[in-house]
Amino acid sequence: MKRRNFIEHVGWTGAGIAWTLTAAGSLTANAAAAMGRGLTFVQISDSHIGFARPENPDVIGTLRKTVEAINRRPVQPAFVVHTGDITHLSKPEQFDTAKSVLSQLRAPIIYLPGEHDVIGSAAHYFDFFSRRDARDGWFSFDQGGAHFVALINVFNFERMGLMGQRQLDWLAADLAAQKRSTPIIVFAHVPLYALYPQWGWTTEDGGKALALLRRFDRVTVLSGHIHQIIEHTEGNIRFATANSTAYPQPKPGSAAKPGPLQVPPNQLLGVIGYRTVQLDDNGESALSEFSLG
Amino acid sequence: MPTVGRTRGMKHILTLGFAALATILMLQGAASPAHVVHLKDFAFQPSVMTIDAGQRVMFENSDDEAHTVTATDKSFDSAGLDSGQTWSHVFARPGTYTYFCALHPYMKGKIIVRAGERP
Repeated sequence: MKRRNFIEHVGWTGAGIAWTLTAAGSLTANAAAAMGRGLTFVQISDSHIGFARPENPDVIGTLRKTVEAINRRPVQPAFVVHTGDITHLSKPEQFDTAKSVLSQLRAPIIYLPGEHDVIGSAAHYFDFFSRRDARDGWFSFDQGGAHFVALINVFNFERMGLMGQRQLDWLAADLAAQKRSTPIIVFAHVPLYALYPQWGWTTEDGGKALALLRRFDRVTVLSGHIHQIIEHTEGNIRFATANSTAYPQPKPGSAAKPGPLQVPPNQLLGVIGYRTVQLDDNGESALSEFSLG
Repeated sequence: MPTVGRTRGMKHILTLGFAALATILMLQGAASPAHVVHLKDFAFQPSVMTIDAGQRVMFENSDDEAHTVTATDKSFDSAGLDSGQTWSHVFARPGTYTYFCALHPYMKGKIIVRAGERP
């Protein structure tokens, strides 16, 4: 049976629990979606359109495969978030290509910039992905009973990742309006904690953002930047970086430097892909990772 | 006049000789008359270079990763340099110019521009 032929099987119990038969054939509780609370969304990251090296000579092709895989999901996500480095060198034609490929998604998409999207200036990024509600780039919204915050920590080139006081002030005001029990989902391209500062995998003032997030019962912080999945927990804050749709990078400290990691060509699709994030009505996030091959 | 002709010929030979020597030195990676900063292993090599005002510095990205050459005072910016790309800049005025990579800000370099000799 092809994946697209899977039909969501829903059965009600006295507790109002719905069950979804996933593409993998396992049963997962999906009460939240059935009750209008909670949701499932998809995270993709680091597409690097314009990259043309042996580590992945066809980054457009692998982004297309990612879009097709998401579109084949039997239940479409509420939205797809791209957590930055959409392009490799911030060139208009690279944004144009990325937007063209990503426009094929069936689900709506939201974007954050990575440092590769704002080289020299953020002008081209904003030309292609401006939001009326995000003149400064950062924004928040409520969906499925959760509060989502998209932060930007790549605008200060000399001290990247850095959020800056103006954004931190905005974040403080934004979070002040939220209840402690509201699930908080944060997107930021560069990890907010000191994942591996030697390679620049940290946000200088990320601690100030985390201080504002600690009072909440459940916080999930999703990032990109490092082209691999690394999970980390601090109290009620759960961190997870995502795979790239283009190429992997070395594990922290496993090589002399970061950068594109060459894997045998027939193994590339196994180390790139996308992630689904399912929020239940308690705000717990379940992360599932999907490779392209 | 033959003497002038010979002198010109000698100059040509000397020029060619110097060019060949420069090429050999560059190929060997040794010090060369050209001012070249290599972007390699996530570092500017050399990280400090001294030149005379009016001289050109070529920045060559020899890394697997993209980099930039961005002045701290914003007086110059290469924009994104992909692997293998080069970018050059003429430093017209004396001074000390610090620069960094906007993609990897821990990569830092400095160009010291001397007043140089007036012709």
